[in-house]
Amino acid sequence: MDAYEKIKCSRKAGRPTSKDYIDAIFTNFTELHGDRRFGDDHAILGGVAWLRDMPVTVIGIEKGHSLNERMYRNFGCVLPEGYRKALRLMKEAEKFRRPVVCFVDTQGASCGHDAEKRGEGQSIAENLYELMTLKTPIVTVMAGEGGSGGALALAIADRVWMLENAYYSVISPESCASILFKDPSRVSEAAENLHLFADDLKELGIVEKVVAEAAEFTPEQTKKMTEGMAAELYLTLKKLLKKSPAKLTADRYEKYRKIGRYEEIGIKNV
Amino acid sequence: MSEKYTLPETVTCEKCKGQVSGKDMAENMYICPLCGKYNKLPARQRIASVTDSESFKEFWSGASTDDPLRFPGYGEKLDKSKKASGENEGVVCGTAKIGGNTCCIFVMEPKFMMGSMGSVVGDKLAALFEYATRRRLPVVGYAASGGARMQEGMVSLMQMAKVSGAVKLHSDAGLFYTVCLTDPTTGGVTASFAMLGDMIIAEPEALIGFAGKRVIEQVTGEKLPEGFQSAEFKLENGFLDAIVKREDQRKFMSDMLSLHSAAQRRRR
Repeated sequence: MDAYEKIKCSRKAGRPTSKDYIDAIFTNFTELHGDRRFGDDHAILGGVAWLRDMPVTVIGIEKGHSLNERMYRNFGCVLPEGYRKALRLMKEAEKFRRPVVCFVDTQGASCGHDAEKRGEGQSIAENLYELMTLKTPIVTVMAGEGGSGGALALAIADRVWMLENAYYSVISPESCASILFKDPSRVSEAAENLHLFADDLKELGIVEKVVAEAAEFTPEQTKKMTEGMAAELYLTLKKLLKKSPAKLTADRYEKYRKIGRYEEIGIKNV
Repeated sequence: MSEKYTLPETVTCEKCKGQVSGKDMAENMYICPLCGKYNKLPARQRIASVTDSESFKEFWSGASTDDPLRFPGYGEKLDKSKKASGENEGVVCGTAKIGGNTCCIFVMEPKFMMGSMGSVVGDKLAALFEYATRRRLPVVGYAASGGARMQEGMVSLMQMAKVSGAVKLHSDAGLFYTVCLTDPTTGGVTASFAMLGDMIIAEPEALIGFAGKRVIEQVTGEKLPEGFQSAEFKLENGFLDAIVKREDQRKFMSDMLSLHSAAQRRRR
């Protein structure tokens, strides 16, 4: 597959959405609605559930499958109230030291008059700020599209896992091709140069684990994959729960602190 | 002011296109004497306009990006930006006094690749907040940015996380951070440290937003009302503490720093 075919694969109809992962990996999922401020954003699906014997908070950006579902979910484009709902649920998880698992699949945060009016930038900023010191483990799975700040708002995590054909990028390869290369047809080249796939991002220290995908998402293949994810998720969260909250958040900060770090910039050199 | 900054002979006003001498523009804080437009203020001029004279001490002025993704065409763009702005990167950081109050200060340089945030901008900002936390200093910032720097891909997106984290640790230490949003403040900068000040002010009519107007119209087909991403719109909707004129900002910063340092003394 060339880079653009892989991008198309990340968006393909029939690819599991966050809801599919939640249904397959957890039991007794109870959905919880609303941001307690303004409304309930259907692009965010959040609630509490069990992972074997472990209570967890689960939050996903949901695109839906059918056209009706997709419209109901605003095509997975989250509004400020969606990010605020996610943060509210994570704060509740922190209170009870319950781990948080996020699934990200979005072309990007919602944009438009309503998003600006209600503070899209502010809501994303607040999530980055609060999640960095959230005193409970966070694991985020980049499941399909990882569109820029809209994806990052749920991806300040102790572990970021990424599916093999998912992408995670500062800008869509299409926009990059038209803005930087002034040629929309050079999208594959743009995708390659952005280093937006799991293997590259693992090398850059942005992603910890690449989840292999089968060629087709048949029910059997999907079941096999999600069973593997459930088992590993359980072990990972158990391990993270053993860290003290201070150590957990210090390690989380250090992980992001290291990305794009320069020897000459630092307290020593002032 | 740094010796590397040279005043241009003439400046063309961004709005009325009038030719104004560099000296007149500088004396008028880059507010066009012909039409009143707030022209983009070069970072060094900004520092001179808000800090006590001779008080600014710069950190990490030589740092320059290592082009982490070896992105095609990036090197040439950097060279051009360095020439156009006289800076090595998109933010100037250091310590200064404002009305006698010692603080850390950062000012983004709009002429350096539109003040976009790459790894050096992110690293300098994170290190500045860490320094401020260590020395128990407040931070005063000036945002001006087109957002994340595309040519650094995900490394640039991660700077949003890194800087927001550094701001959080500074805040958790009980320290004060105020930021002024100037034209334009958009994208990944709006979605991170620009919106995280204890106090957030803006310049009149500054463009402040998340997604660009053109992008929104393309994606949604929505026709957008005039001025919907202006500072005035953001104030009306509750995202700014105040709009402060350029000539009043030194006093605003100085007053707020004094007020917070008085509170800080009480806490001890």
